[in-house]
Amino acid sequence: MAKGSAGREIGSAVAPKFLLDRREALPELLGRHEDFLIVAGLSGASRDIAALTRNGPHAYIMLGAMGGACMIGLGLALARPDRSVLVVTGDGELLMNVSALATIAVMNPPNLAIVCIDNGHYGETGYQKSHTSLGTDLATIASGAGIKLIRSIEQQADIAAGASLIREANATVFVLLRVKPTEPAADQRVLDPALGRLRFRAALMGE
Amino acid sequence: MAWQDQIFDLLLQHEVTQIAYVPDAGHKILIDRSLADARVHSVALTTEEEGVALLAGADLGGARGVLLMQSSGVGNCINMLSLIKGGGFPFLTLVSMRGDFGEANAWQYPMGQATAPVLEAMGVICLRADTPAEAVATVSAALTMAFRARRAVAVLFTQKLLGAKHF
Repeated sequence: MAKGSAGREIGSAVAPKFLLDRREALPELLGRHEDFLIVAGLSGASRDIAALTRNGPHAYIMLGAMGGACMIGLGLALARPDRSVLVVTGDGELLMNVSALATIAVMNPPNLAIVCIDNGHYGETGYQKSHTSLGTDLATIASGAGIKLIRSIEQQADIAAGASLIREANATVFVLLRVKPTEPAADQRVLDPALGRLRFRAALMGE
Repeated sequence: MAWQDQIFDLLLQHEVTQIAYVPDAGHKILIDRSLADARVHSVALTTEEEGVALLAGADLGGARGVLLMQSSGVGNCINMLSLIKGGGFPFLTLVSMRGDFGEANAWQYPMGQATAPVLEAMGVICLRADTPAEAVATVSAALTMAFRARRAVAVLFTQKLLGAKHF
């Protein structure tokens, strides 16, 4: 196996802990998605959520502004303490502004849950390995940032506990859902960010 | 009453409930007022681009927010401002300027001088305030522009207003 710079392995097999199929695991983890206001980060997560919700107006689907998903979720959660807010994003998108976890941990809104679909790769750019398949653990980072309620899911048996946690928490929740680097749901996303904003606000506030 | 206190009161009159910032000396009074006031969420950021995304999230939930930052932080916001421009979000930032009048720290000049060009390139209207009276009037105008006309607006508190930091 060839070694790249800084000792990284190139072309290695999928690490054994990335076992779950995202197309099955995410719907099982979320349950009734209509119960949440959802922010979906770009790439695979947004494809998964667009498919799961059938482009529902309760989901703000992102195809850009990488690194912004979690903070959009925070702003929404603070604006609407009466609603459960769910951020669903990928490891690459989260890593781009990983220190947002510190900002969010300090605010600790009880109605915010972050689900990171971690497939260890940058899916939209050719499946280059991301830091999370090279030693970085986002759940450890979340804990160090001060997030109080954290769960890492690698096996099907662990999903139920995660599903409870994102619904019943009285503090901000972070769930790491490790999945195989396989294709997300087929792309049904609407490309217009302005349209997404109008639809989301109209559904939420009737304007 | 300090002009910054008048501005804080203006923000509340315009129903701002989220105030985000990377701590900055030029915004100390506004930051301290936000921490002391239970009517607003005072959000300390690790980097200014977080505030851009935060404010978009606030708008999705029907709330209003303001981003307080130094001119150096503007550079950290560039790509995230594409969310504001492309998404048609209202946006208001109050920027304490460095590197524009009497600045002794050479490190502050590149971004200080680039602040307005960068913001304007990303579709943010820049208004300047050189005096306390101008600052209050400009923030009042900017609040209408951002939240009634749904524009992206930056109010630049210049170093003529704030004074240059002593080194």
